Amino acid sequence: MRVKSETILPYSLLVPTLIFVILLIVVPIGQAFLLAFQAPDSSFTFAHFQKMANDTSFGDALRFTFLLLIFIVPMQVVLAIIMALLIHTRFKGHTLFLYIYAIPLAISDLAAGIAWLSIFTERGYLNSILNQLGIFDKPFLFLSYQNLPAMFGTIVVAESWRATAIVMTILLAGLQVIPRDYFEAADVFGATTLKRTLFVVLPLLRPSLQNALIIRTIFAFQTFAVVFALAGRVIPVLAGESYNWYVANRNPNIAAAYAVLVLIFTVAATWFYLHFFQTSAAEAGYD
Amino acid sequence: MAGIRFQSIRKVFGKTVAADSVSLEIRDGEFMVLLGPSGCGKTTLLRCLAGLEHVDGGRVFIGDRDVTDRAPRDRRIAMVFQSYAVFPHLTVFDNIAFGLKMQGRPRDEIKRRVEESARLLELTDFLKRYPAQLSGGQRQRVAVARAIVMQAAVLLMDEPLSNLDALLRLQMRAELKRLHQEIKATTIYVTHDQVEALSLGDRIAVMQSGRIVQCDVPMNIYDYPANKFVGGFIGTPPMNFLPGVVHANGDGPTVVVGESHLAPAPAFAHALSAKNGEPILLGIRPENLTLAPNQQANTIRARVRVVEPLGSHKLLTMQVGTEISKVSVAPDQRVAPNEDVWLHFDPEKIRWMDAATGEAISATVE
Amino acid sequence: MPSTLSRRYILGRVSLYGGAILLALWTLAPLYLIALAAFSTRQATFQWPKPFLPTDFSIDTMQFFVNSRGVLDSVRNSIIVALLTIAGSLVLGAPGGYALARFRFRGKEGISLGLLISKMFPTAILSIPLAVTFLQLDLYDSLWGVALVHIAMALPFVIIVTAGIFVGVPRDLEEVAQTLGCNRLQAFLRVVLPLALPGLAAAAIFTFVISWNEVFAATILTLRNRTLPAQVLSGLNDSPLYYRYAGGFFMIVPALIFIFLIRRYLLNLWGNIVR
Ligand SMILES: Nc1ncnc2c1ncn2[C@@H]1O[C@H](COP(=O)(O)OP(=O)(O)OP(=O)(O)O)[C@@H](O)[C@H]1O
Ligand SMILES: [Mg+2]
Repeated sequence: MRVKSETILPYSLLVPTLIFVILLIVVPIGQAFLLAFQAPDSSFTFAHFQKMANDTSFGDALRFTFLLLIFIVPMQVVLAIIMALLIHTRFKGHTLFLYIYAIPLAISDLAAGIAWLSIFTERGYLNSILNQLGIFDKPFLFLSYQNLPAMFGTIVVAESWRATAIVMTILLAGLQVIPRDYFEAADVFGATTLKRTLFVVLPLLRPSLQNALIIRTIFAFQTFAVVFALAGRVIPVLAGESYNWYVANRNPNIAAAYAVLVLIFTVAATWFYLHFFQTSAAEAGYD
Repeated sequence: MAGIRFQSIRKVFGKTVAADSVSLEIRDGEFMVLLGPSGCGKTTLLRCLAGLEHVDGGRVFIGDRDVTDRAPRDRRIAMVFQSYAVFPHLTVFDNIAFGLKMQGRPRDEIKRRVEESARLLELTDFLKRYPAQLSGGQRQRVAVARAIVMQAAVLLMDEPLSNLDALLRLQMRAELKRLHQEIKATTIYVTHDQVEALSLGDRIAVMQSGRIVQCDVPMNIYDYPANKFVGGFIGTPPMNFLPGVVHANGDGPTVVVGESHLAPAPAFAHALSAKNGEPILLGIRPENLTLAPNQQANTIRARVRVVEPLGSHKLLTMQVGTEISKVSVAPDQRVAPNEDVWLHFDPEKIRWMDAATGEAISATVE
Repeated sequence: MPSTLSRRYILGRVSLYGGAILLALWTLAPLYLIALAAFSTRQATFQWPKPFLPTDFSIDTMQFFVNSRGVLDSVRNSIIVALLTIAGSLVLGAPGGYALARFRFRGKEGISLGLLISKMFPTAILSIPLAVTFLQLDLYDSLWGVALVHIAMALPFVIIVTAGIFVGVPRDLEEVAQTLGCNRLQAFLRVVLPLALPGLAAAAIFTFVISWNEVFAATILTLRNRTLPAQVLSGLNDSPLYYRYAGGFFMIVPALIFIFLIRRYLLNLWGNIVR
């Protein structure tokens, strides 16, 4: 009898979770597809997607979502690599700096957007500095639809600021499993810090980098509160459109269509990274 | 009260057979040592007895009870783990008291018994400390104290001395022996250290690849190994083996080893005669070989390769034909490397083994 | 030779600390400035150019925010939802994490893969259909509904994080407890749980942060029973700047505290987010 209870135990421990996951993840996703593809008479339809695509904001939302991705992700990765490598040298006081760099981990994109709003707004801190330095005597309108590139730039800055921390933590976790010998071996052969970084550290970090990119890209497709905080509806993004269609227009079908679109992009991006990096499962540590 | 019986125990991990129909009986109060090389299944057998591993075949009895399907806590055993497994979040006192508390013993009884077993293992000064504040040897003693305080009928110890330094190990070995004489629990003691096995065990069960190959009192294990594996595993250095061929004629059998003819002891005459013309394996312990000044009966020509003075004796590495043999001689024996000498084989001490199977050929008793 | 070496060394140190401090300033500046904005008078919001030192420190803005309609309720709601999320995701997830950490069983790889995938799903694809369902189930505009979605979002993380924590508690300890008279549950409660507690607390805080920050589902699933982020977001376009500053600051504070509390676990919690 004991034999039996031993084999059943792990399953019974997982059953509550599985039921919950089915009810609150699997079923809703199925329903999302139904909402997106079902006509009122329950027949299959592309009408919601057509309506979505014909909406004036759709093209902009698509374009801005991808532009944000293209600008934010590389910036974060570069910043995060620098942070992670700095911390990894374990200089005196590095734990304090790790804590500081990690703070944005726990800050929501809404709060981050508001923090940067206090900087970029017309009478904000950036304009105050620029004025005191004598660069502008009148405030520059960073957050105006007349200066779309500047407005876009503020979003890139705010979102990079917030989410660099996550990339850094993933990279640092990856750095820590690389045996110290590798670094020391490179030193023995007289590699400079730069060469060592380029030819020893970064290749070893490839699996973590891949993980970080996947996570960041997934999140980037969901960006919206930071955009709302800084740009209102002047810069539409996919997730924001989904929100608007549901909350403002009370149209769950088109909201679901956007959500499905985001899911499709997410899956495609993950697939792309997995193939682009060609990391074997063992290398990535999925065992 | 609490003898132990393994009945055809089988335990498989994937493709590894960790216990291959093991049968073994241990008498009440006996100190049984499980000895064998790393990975031979010693821990697995203990865990099957403790109920931490459920067997794939066979039954386990403690006393008269079939405990095969019982949970560990229903088996009335106490176990010392190979890794100590001392609870890091509890003080030494609470570690030792853990089992008694689980039994719901009264507080003063717990205190008395914990202090008693702490005294036995010289832990009295450490009772308030946490394991992190102890040395490896002290932690090991906590693990032993935690087990013996239970006064369980069966005590299982999995290499409890493996992580100690040589000196402490010697001390603890004597301690454990004294302890056993005091508490008289049926004990199974796992080790791959043969000196520990010989010094502690009432009997020793030698394991190899999931099987028990010999189970006997220590002196018999040493003097009469059941096969080449046991002879080669026990003794430092272990038994020497030389190949030979049996020649039987009217006067009884001789065995040709290299160019010499050795006469087996009379007890083996009958068994060896039956193997006329067949290859055979000669086994002899280093201390049963002596150097002879000239060629005599039962000597073989050999060349000294290495001489190692070890204090109590000298250890010689000899080349005998193409084989290497170890010989231990008195410390004052004069011998130099590359010297050619005659090695004398005491026929009574030679163990003959089947060349193909390695099994010992038994003597015929008249 | 030694002098050039030491000069190189000093140069290296200087650029190391210089870089580290520069990046720290980049991280801290917005936090300092939003705090500054939140702790000045309401009129100061429109002052220009602005001072960079807390010369006119005032709790006027914060007071206004806290006393605004719905704010205190939303803070309370946020805390309730976060606590429900912690309780729910740990009660559901920790046993699963334990199973993954301790047992080999058929389908384990499948479950691990499923967890990996379920972390990928955008919030939108869960919350929009659930909003529709909750309307029918009378769960719409209820904290339970929001908590359920937050649990669904946190659960995969919690399972993976707790599995990591339980793997860190040696199995031997549990087994020795069993030989000393514990059944499985007792061994877990008396040995594994105390040892896993710091890690589980960190996991709980991690969950709190997920829930406290979540805005999409919280806004979509509620109308009057807003959580704090939902309250701030829904009023974003028609609230004065100082209200937004105070709200932003209010949301950031717990984050600072929690990151500090779980600083030892940062890499374990966030670093292995994809694994
Ligand atoms: N949980 C397990 N899963 C898979 N294989 C196992 C497991 N436990 C033991 N084995 C295998 O079973 C065999 C016997 O292992 P066991 O631990 O009993 O050896 P041992 O004699 O105690 O060795 P040592 O002296 O090194 O402790 C080994 O080959 C081991 O690899
Ligand atoms: Mg073992």
